[in-house]
Amino acid sequence: MSALETTTRTRDDGAARSPVVLQVRDLTTHFPVRNGVVKAVDGVSFDVERGRTLCVVGESGSGKSVTARSILQIVDAPGRIVSGSMVLHRPDGSKVDLAKLNPRGREIRAVRGAEIAMIFQEPMSSLSPVHTVGDQIMEALRLHLDMSKAEARARCVELLRQVEIPNPDKAVDRYTFEFSGGMRQRVMIAMSLACNPSMLIADEPTTALDVTTQAEILDLIRRLQQQHGMAVMFITHDMGVVAEIADDVIVMYHGKVMEYGPVDQIFHAPKNDYTKMLIGSVLKLEQKAEIRLKRPPRDNAAPPVLEVRNLEMHFGKPGAPLKAVDDVSLKVFPGETLGIVGESGSGKTTMGRCLLRVYDPNGGEIDYRRADGEVVDIVKADKATLKQVRREIRMIFQDPVGSLNPRMTVAQIVGEPLLVNGIASGKELDERVADLLKQVGLEPAWRERYPHAFSGGQRQRIGIARAIALNPRVIVADEATSALDVSLRSQMLDLMMNLQDKLGLSYVFISHDIGVIRYMCDRVAVMYRGRVVETGATEQVCDAPAHAYTQALLSAIPRPDPRARTMHKRHRYAG
Amino acid sequence: MLRFILSRLVWMVPSLVVVSFLSFVLIQLPPGDYVTTYIATLAASNEVVDQNTAAELRSRFGLDQPMIVQYAKWLGNIVTRGDFGLSFEWQQPVSDLIWERMALTLVLTFSTLLATWGIALPIGVFSAVKKYSIGDYLVTFLSFLGLAIPSFLLALVLMYIAAVEFGQEVGGLFSEAYVQAPWSFYKVLDLLHHLWIPVIILAVSGTASLIRVMRANMLDELSKPYVTTARAKGLSEFRLLVKYPMRLALNPFISTIAWLLPNLVSGSIIVAIVLSLPTAGPLLLQSLMSQDMYLAGAFVLLICTLTLIGSLISDILLALVDPRIRLE
Repeated sequence: MSALETTTRTRDDGAARSPVVLQVRDLTTHFPVRNGVVKAVDGVSFDVERGRTLCVVGESGSGKSVTARSILQIVDAPGRIVSGSMVLHRPDGSKVDLAKLNPRGREIRAVRGAEIAMIFQEPMSSLSPVHTVGDQIMEALRLHLDMSKAEARARCVELLRQVEIPNPDKAVDRYTFEFSGGMRQRVMIAMSLACNPSMLIADEPTTALDVTTQAEILDLIRRLQQQHGMAVMFITHDMGVVAEIADDVIVMYHGKVMEYGPVDQIFHAPKNDYTKMLIGSVLKLEQKAEIRLKRPPRDNAAPPVLEVRNLEMHFGKPGAPLKAVDDVSLKVFPGETLGIVGESGSGKTTMGRCLLRVYDPNGGEIDYRRADGEVVDIVKADKATLKQVRREIRMIFQDPVGSLNPRMTVAQIVGEPLLVNGIASGKELDERVADLLKQVGLEPAWRERYPHAFSGGQRQRIGIARAIALNPRVIVADEATSALDVSLRSQMLDLMMNLQDKLGLSYVFISHDIGVIRYMCDRVAVMYRGRVVETGATEQVCDAPAHAYTQALLSAIPRPDPRARTMHKRHRYAG
Repeated sequence: MLRFILSRLVWMVPSLVVVSFLSFVLIQLPPGDYVTTYIATLAASNEVVDQNTAAELRSRFGLDQPMIVQYAKWLGNIVTRGDFGLSFEWQQPVSDLIWERMALTLVLTFSTLLATWGIALPIGVFSAVKKYSIGDYLVTFLSFLGLAIPSFLLALVLMYIAAVEFGQEVGGLFSEAYVQAPWSFYKVLDLLHHLWIPVIILAVSGTASLIRVMRANMLDELSKPYVTTARAKGLSEFRLLVKYPMRLALNPFISTIAWLLPNLVSGSIIVAIVLSLPTAGPLLLQSLMSQDMYLAGAFVLLICTLTLIGSLISDILLALVDPRIRLE
């Protein structure tokens, strides 16, 4: 495999160019809107070659998804292809320009699913919930290959076996909601492979999945690509994934191609400024933040501000409870950032919510040391105490859109905790709000606007301003940067660390992203199925993990360096 | 699944008992009873009934007994002999009166249902797929118009047109010659000949609202990612519409069966009166006005039973159609 990869990857030498499957030239797709047009794709050109993987990378709104959909002419209304050509080269030597075909015509439909297949981001909603898996796969077979029902069924079982779905002859008759996220994406892949397409378009196929599941899906796509010799066009925003799987990379920004070249060039010798910035912000998150490097060593003698002992949080029936948090013990020291890392369902969010007693824990203690040295057990605190404690422990949420009331101005949102707790009102409140906005890097004059007038990063800043409004001592940040593009992520983390130094905050930083944890956190706790499997200094846990699960988790994370592809060396944890 | 149906059927029994008691109480609630109304009617035509006759009538109908006894007798007769009592006004067994009219009501309702769904669902789909096109605006305009026109007015207009322009006999469901005649091929033809006017009238308002609901359902589904998946698979636009979004958009309609059945009895009373249709609605109204309690009670009981059966049917159908519900 390595020999093959080294020859094919040196495409600029002209040594081994694979046959071109799709040649896109000056593709332009417009979305007419009320006041003009949005040029979602603006003069994009590239080649997709047989047996190779082209990654299209860019931040949200870069037009990467629309580019992919333009190829099959399935751009959502009112978008339409304005100009350009997309020449599909068939194995028999004939060519067809997809851009010239009628989007509802017979010819383009014969290409869709048969010659160019596509898989999507959200495997749950991308499959019909009321049709069996087999029904949806067989449909493609019967449509394009004219198979009989029995033949299609046999082929369908075979396809499910190829994508490693257990008991494929039973799985055929099951529904999508009976499968896990990773299994659903396997079904999608089986469906796309049904007619042996010469090209596969994958639109963020692993974004909704955990890293370990992602690694398996990427493995599967690569293996199938080698078996079938497909060309793969892979759309993603994750530079780690790009480094792991790409042969060639297109970097897109605002509908335009910023840079197009072999993966090694993009990562190690980027020419374009935007690419440099993008790679820079990814690499920045691979190491400890500069702000933290400058800090004096922390005084470990101080007693912890939060001490969690044997915390239990169960859901479901008392007889057979789901232990979302199972015997968790943690300490958070003053001025420290404790990272909580884990995959979905590990209980990290539930744990974070228990700290503010959003849920009533079933057992254990959460000792909170107040500024005057008094220790309060949050689990048993009465209403009045809890109210006071909740002023001092605040929360920042993942979704910057959903966590801000769209009918309140920014001034109302940020000022609400002050008003509710009777701390400030009138002119004083207004001044406090202006000051808070300044602290998080927002223009105070914007405070009369509504949240929809702000970008995702700005909205998260509003969330932070609201969290620090009451001068808290501890902030629980639940995936606070996950919804943000990578270039904004480090800015947001830097802001949080500056506030930490200025206000003496402690953070409990919940994330699934090891990069962010490494950048931001002093210590980290790894959660798996409700339990903390490992706790330690960030460097130690990230570089020399002791627990087998941590090792498996870290080995599944794609690193943003195409010269150090490690994912195929990963190991699995069967706990 | 079978267990689910069985347990639902078992639960229907206590609900029916409670419902029957409530309906009996409800009918007794207005002041006076049938005899009072009867005497008032007679008094209107200058006949005087003395107190003795009234008391005699009351004891003959059992109206002098306490309500709970009357209820027990009534329910006992229904359960043991299927006897719903005697209609005071018609002096006939209630069951005879009801079943004759229910059959015709059933014919009318189902024809209306077929016409409504047959017209509204395709138009609703069209209107959603061609959102904001001229066709959509036209359909939307017409359906709001249909919603706005009172159905009795439409009934009068249609009757006028049918009678004056086509010289057709209007009102009722049969020509005079066939009203009392036994069922035959020609009687069915005659029924069909009369049926179209009420069906059109009832369908117009139903269609209008249904188009709007179907359009909204369909718009929700059309933007779902699985539609894009189906398109990327190479399905033709029509096939994918029918197989995926339409299938899901129809699910909410199955729930409406629950209140379609009781509508058999109580729906479209005004239209039925205007057109003098021999359906259940006008009879129910008349029985309530004259406090003909056993007839009214039987109707209320029937409506409640149909509601229960209707929701059972729609639950079973939903489970059959939507695997997410079935496997819960």
